[in-house]
Amino acid sequence: MQNNAAAGAGLPARLGRRLVLIVPYVWLILFFALPFLIVVKISLSVQRDGRPPYEPVFELGDGLVALWGGLQKFSTESYAAIFADRIYADAYLSSLWIAALATLCTLAIGYPLALAIARAPRRWRPLLIVLAVAPFWTSFLIRIYAWIVILKDEGLLNHALISAGLIAEPLHIYATQWAVLIGIVYSYLPFMILPLYNALEKQDEALVEAALDLGATPFAAFRQITWPLSVRGVIAGCLLVFIPAVGEYVIPDLLGSSDVLMIGRTLWDEFSTARNWPGAAAVATVLLVVLLAPITAYQRSQLQRKGAGR
Amino acid sequence: MKPGLSAGMLAVLLAGFAFLYVPIGLLVLYSFNSSRLVTVWGGFSTRWYVELFGNEQLLISTLTSLEIALVSASLSVLLGTCAAYSLARTGAFAGRTVFSALVYAPLVMPEVITGLALLLLFVALGIERGFWTVVLAHSTVGMCFATVVIYARLAEFDVALEEAAMDLGATPAEAFRLVTLPICAPAIAAAFLLAFTLSLDDFVLASFTSGPGSTTLPMRIYSQVRLGVSPQINAISTLMISAVAMLLLAAHLLTGRSAQK
Amino acid sequence: MPAPLVQLAGVSKHYGDVRAVDSVTLELEPGEFFALLGPSGCGKTSLMRLVAGFETPDAGRILLDGQDMQGVPPYRRPVNMMFQSYALFPHMSVERNIAFGLAQQGMSKGDIATRVAEMLRLVKLEGYGARRPEQLSGGQKQRVALARALAPRPKLLLLDEPLAALDRKLREETQFELMQVQRDLGITFMLVTHDQDEAMGMAQRIALMRAGQIEQIGDARAIYERPRTLFAAEFIGEINLFEGEAVQIDGARFAIVQGGRRIALAEDDSPVTGSVLIAVRPERMVMSHLHAGSAAEFEGTITEMAWLGDLTIWRVRLDDGRLLRVSRSNADVANAVFTRGDRVFVGFDAHSVRVLPK
Repeated sequence: MQNNAAAGAGLPARLGRRLVLIVPYVWLILFFALPFLIVVKISLSVQRDGRPPYEPVFELGDGLVALWGGLQKFSTESYAAIFADRIYADAYLSSLWIAALATLCTLAIGYPLALAIARAPRRWRPLLIVLAVAPFWTSFLIRIYAWIVILKDEGLLNHALISAGLIAEPLHIYATQWAVLIGIVYSYLPFMILPLYNALEKQDEALVEAALDLGATPFAAFRQITWPLSVRGVIAGCLLVFIPAVGEYVIPDLLGSSDVLMIGRTLWDEFSTARNWPGAAAVATVLLVVLLAPITAYQRSQLQRKGAGR
Repeated sequence: MKPGLSAGMLAVLLAGFAFLYVPIGLLVLYSFNSSRLVTVWGGFSTRWYVELFGNEQLLISTLTSLEIALVSASLSVLLGTCAAYSLARTGAFAGRTVFSALVYAPLVMPEVITGLALLLLFVALGIERGFWTVVLAHSTVGMCFATVVIYARLAEFDVALEEAAMDLGATPAEAFRLVTLPICAPAIAAAFLLAFTLSLDDFVLASFTSGPGSTTLPMRIYSQVRLGVSPQINAISTLMISAVAMLLLAAHLLTGRSAQK
Repeated sequence: MPAPLVQLAGVSKHYGDVRAVDSVTLELEPGEFFALLGPSGCGKTSLMRLVAGFETPDAGRILLDGQDMQGVPPYRRPVNMMFQSYALFPHMSVERNIAFGLAQQGMSKGDIATRVAEMLRLVKLEGYGARRPEQLSGGQKQRVALARALAPRPKLLLLDEPLAALDRKLREETQFELMQVQRDLGITFMLVTHDQDEAMGMAQRIALMRAGQIEQIGDARAIYERPRTLFAAEFIGEINLFEGEAVQIDGARFAIVQGGRRIALAEDDSPVTGSVLIAVRPERMVMSHLHAGSAAEFEGTITEMAWLGDLTIWRVRLDDGRLLRVSRSNADVANAVFTRGDRVFVGFDAHSVRVLPK
């Protein structure tokens, strides 16, 4: 039923209601949507030495004539560079590959953990889920740093394994894509656990009991009852990990060597080392296009959940 | 009540929590190591903490980060409350889909893209980068997280409560102040904490949008980490972890008390 | 006759294509216990929300104590509501919940305390003032909701399914308490419910609603005994129906039912002619093992029976296939002789019949 309570309210109340919507709306358009248009615009301009380090294509408020002139100055040079140099394609593909692999690993670790928490005695659940998500509240950089300390050739892991006599030579994990993978899995795990837990905790435990009662093995009950009912949480969790992981910069920079290509790093290098802003903008635009489908899927899954919740 | 956990589930829990907490535990442990080598235990010492407090640059950055976090978390909650209220209470409005898309996209958008986009915006508008540009960046992402947290509370909130208040003579504004706001207070507090932590923790957005004189703590830590492992970082980490632990504990006790049956 | 407290004149409310309330005209007397009864989706809740001011009518007028409520927001109406979910403010104590409306009126602290104590006494919750809503049982919450809605002394109290969340035993007790409170305070109550027992047990007058319109208004007995439509007859209580043709023969009215039988109709029946339905309540049916020789008598077999303590219900399958329902008070020891499989004759007399338009 529609809430018409405001119908009787005076003008100030209605104006207030309007403002409550308009302020955040305008904020997001101004500081989130508009910047992307500028990214696209700058990706079409030409690099130059100076401040800012690009040739302005047109300025807002220059009028239509200038706008037309500006349009003619659009350059697809940056995009041509992206498609010409294999290194970009490799970076995109390896980002997608590492992110996908990391998402699968996060799911493989996160699902049993979320399930165990969701099936724990009711009074323990709140504490357990807080504990599972708590690392997210500590500094991201510090958590990555911890893995440098552990994984380095002379780090704690190798130290421990060698003293235990299990290996003679240190394992080279640090500065490989495996270290990057571990870093992503570790730091994104809470994002996976939370939606999974929400989906699993809501499930009526009697459903599984009913399945077992009807002769299903525990595995069959899981496959036919628990898993299908949690698919929504799985999708949300996977997207929540996959999308940001594709554009991850910090983890490959700290845990990977320069061999580990990831597009977030390429973008950063374009931007800060090469000072090629149009190039960086073009890399970002292409990445955005690549991620458009998963981002839309994520939004849709959230809106669906909202619809179901009402 | 069901009996306790099965052995398998218990093993999963132990392994999972070990994976989550051993790295953090090691960090804390080795912050008290007197040896400069991170892997060799040289006895208990607090020398790295003493050194830390002599590091003026670090202290200044910490202060900057706290200021930015405080301002941007406040803004995030303010904007997030408005956005959540609109999504939950204003039926259909033009551009609702666009609005929710704008709220959900920043949650997953890779930070390098958001950071670059904001930087280019500031440059295009001729805004000098510094304290406030970082605040703007953090508030924009923070408000989306705040919106989601507060919206979740509002969505399960019984509209009849607001109606009951109005039925008993409260104007819509009074009903919001006397009923809606207090009931949503825990969610708003949680949203504030989340936005605060995100801001305090952020490296990528800050590096894109900060200027000279507004170097944040994560930026400082990052440059140190890139230089190599150092026990001083362990000490900072330990301090930050304890701060968060205490904050979470306080939040848990606060919400636990209000939710007590 | 006092002036009506509530007057609805041609009130309509649409949601898109749905006519939730369709030109309803209605009057409530001061001090009356009135019920809006109907199935879910019949518009009773919308009508109540229109009176409370949470919705604005598309057409028609709502007058309260002679004043037009057009444009008056809910917080300026002398109407309070008891919500179905109770809508107790979870962050306030019982006392503060009850005091809420009084504080909105700007009442002094001392007066509020007096009134709250008075209300707590009224709903028999002395000593519970400091509790939180979540520490109360369902029945206690219900009383707090009642006290809160009554505290500002509204001219009209709206009750949205007030007993729906209570279990059966508590329901009857609460029902009598509500009636007593209403009598003691003299406040007009408007009850909204889909439960016929709730409406019939408490209300002096019932408006039966269907598809946004009022089907029939009257006291419980009138609606039960003299339903004007098939809907009214079927919604309240159980009913047996016989298709027939109403005719006038030598000044007397008869219904000709299946098989050409002529059933005499009483004079006070509604003057419906043509194709009709003969409606008889199960407890008005007469059942016997012996043939009595009346026209309004049908032969069949008992297929089911249910002993319910106070009464027994039988289902009788007539030889022509129709299924009838017969009920009798168990005060009659003769009930024991009717069991499943018995061949019986069931019938009714002219005064037990209600003629309904088909």
